Amino acid sequence: MAKQTKRTSTRKTASKKKPVAKKGAPDQNVVPDSLSFSQEFDTYPAGKYTHKKLGLSEDQVIGMYRNMLLQRRFEERAAQMYGKQKIAGFLHLYIGQEAISTGTATAMEIGKDSLITAYRDHGHALALGMSANEGMAEMFGKVGGCSKGKGGSMHFFDKENRMFGGHGIVGAHVPVGVGIAFGHKYKEDDGVAIAFYGDGAAGQGAIHEAANLMSIYDLPAILVVENNQYAMGTAVHRAFGQVEFSHWAASYDVRGSVADGMDVFSVVKAMQDAIASAREFKPTMMEIRTYRYRGHSMSDPQKYRTKEELDSKKNEDPIIRLKAYLLENKITDEKTLDAIDDDVKEEVMASVEFAENSPAPDLDAIYDDVYDSREYPFLS
Amino acid sequence: MAVLQYREALRAAMTEEMERDDRVFLMGEEVAEYNGAYKVSEGMLEQFGPKRVIDTPISENGFCGLGVGAAMNGLRPIIEFMTFNFSFVAIDQIINNAAKIRYMSGGQFDVPIVFRGANGAAGQLAATHNTSTESIYSTIPGLKVIAPSNPDDAKGLLKSAIRDNNPVIFLESEVMFGMKGEVSDAEDYLIPIGKARIAKEGTDVTIVAHSKSYHIAMRVAERLENDGYSAEVIDPRTIRPLDIDTIVESIKKTNRCVIIDESNPYASISSEITFQIQDRAFDFLDAPIKRITAKDVPAPYAKNLIEYYMPQEEDAYQACLSVMYAK
Repeated sequence: MAKQTKRTSTRKTASKKKPVAKKGAPDQNVVPDSLSFSQEFDTYPAGKYTHKKLGLSEDQVIGMYRNMLLQRRFEERAAQMYGKQKIAGFLHLYIGQEAISTGTATAMEIGKDSLITAYRDHGHALALGMSANEGMAEMFGKVGGCSKGKGGSMHFFDKENRMFGGHGIVGAHVPVGVGIAFGHKYKEDDGVAIAFYGDGAAGQGAIHEAANLMSIYDLPAILVVENNQYAMGTAVHRAFGQVEFSHWAASYDVRGSVADGMDVFSVVKAMQDAIASAREFKPTMMEIRTYRYRGHSMSDPQKYRTKEELDSKKNEDPIIRLKAYLLENKITDEKTLDAIDDDVKEEVMASVEFAENSPAPDLDAIYDDVYDSREYPFLS
Repeated sequence: MAVLQYREALRAAMTEEMERDDRVFLMGEEVAEYNGAYKVSEGMLEQFGPKRVIDTPISENGFCGLGVGAAMNGLRPIIEFMTFNFSFVAIDQIINNAAKIRYMSGGQFDVPIVFRGANGAAGQLAATHNTSTESIYSTIPGLKVIAPSNPDDAKGLLKSAIRDNNPVIFLESEVMFGMKGEVSDAEDYLIPIGKARIAKEGTDVTIVAHSKSYHIAMRVAERLENDGYSAEVIDPRTIRPLDIDTIVESIKKTNRCVIIDESNPYASISSEITFQIQDRAFDFLDAPIKRITAKDVPAPYAKNLIEYYMPQEEDAYQACLSVMYAK
């Protein structure tokens, strides 16, 4: 833990002693002369952590760089394929936010811990280990896709790596994430569930209910708001009274933290601490501050922000930042990084070829996977 | 055969399935310490403990979503709605998540979950507490919808629902919870989902009715019997998938059909059954199909109005005479 959370809440003390007020009036029905509340939150600023401090090997850090680059190149290519109409529907790019997915995956025990996110889901899937082939083919609507072409860009699922989706309804997957954590606790398998959502989703009632449930059931859950500053075109200050999202944790009596999403090491550390806490059934509400370089989706003219703002944020690019770290610390050299770049480009190009060549689903497959059996008497 | 109340039959089904399978748990408002708002889960907390019989705050959207996530992660939740009127706060979890995640994930994730609780009208509760939800949920591919009319079906179908690997909407009734009936003693009593029950055989008219309306149908059939007419009564039991074959076979024999359906009439279960009958058995019909439903309005409060709102036995009786051209 970076820092133990300290609380000085009278209500907290009372509730710990009496978890359920069974009979009679609980203490808080009596109004005291004064009432104050304070809580400290764990913060994970950029530039504070080194890979050594986090227990990461040089190879791991190079692997993280490669993974972030893979997400970036994969999405750049996806955007191009969208322009060529190879990909249809909605396409929401994660470009600029890759330190979050990679940093989280680095801190997780993949195969044991679980992750669920919203529709900006390519980065999380690739970070957990989904192949570029499966991802690209899914967006092409082909049978080689992770969801056999049934889900598209917004619905990447990968059961093997415990990636529980890719969800299209804003905020609706967050209670589901809490339920995955409930499953971990019920099965006593030591797993943790991490649910990501955007700042826009924080306005949904589902977030409130999910946070409250994970608190009262002491679930191994982490709710993470990826604050990229805009819900489509609505800046956070236009949508929320309390824009310090970590402070929301106080209302649910859970641990709150905030990390800089432009520094992958900040994310790793924030997640390591939150995961360790969750394994002891102490949930966290975390804010990760980040920035989305591209529009909300491919049809976004981005009139809600200035070019200057965008340019200034691009100077904080998490991939450029990690590249500089690798070079400054002599973990690797330009030549090796160039080779990684070529390798990633090749992997992404191969995924496009794979997606092109993967067959479209048979029409009859429209009836597959609605129910667990094809015996169901569908109407025609 | 043991005589059980409807609520006791439901409890027996849940208890047996929880004894059989550790992955099954019950969650909902007041299910544990209060022993169930309608006493369906009475004694279950004591038997299974707080890990498996779990009280929730009033957060239907939250705990239904929690159930979906738990189901995706290998558990088999039973989520109780105090009544299905409150399921509308959670309808996003049911329609967008429970029903669709298997499909959207290309079959990677099962969502074996039962959403159960009281459905339909229950007296002078006014419009928000009297909704029949079967047509709303039955229109959604990915869901199964069950609405048993008696304790025996309630037990056998709830056990099947809990074992089913798909999300199931299980519709009970406040006014039937105290109804007594004989329930099979058979060990592991399972009634297959999607099979109708021919409650009474007959030759002159087919009456199709589920849940509470089934009991109207049986009274009407008895009156017709006294008049010298032989009505066949079919309880579909499962609304989705509908056992249309059994209904069509009956109509091939009787050539006439009356549907009693407590839903509001527009785009209702009776609409769907009527379409499927004309699609499959048009040439066998000797009269237009008639239906008796709730009125096409929100449920009112006043005693005389809510009584008038509900499907009327007399109307159903007259409809049967009418399709037989007996008046």
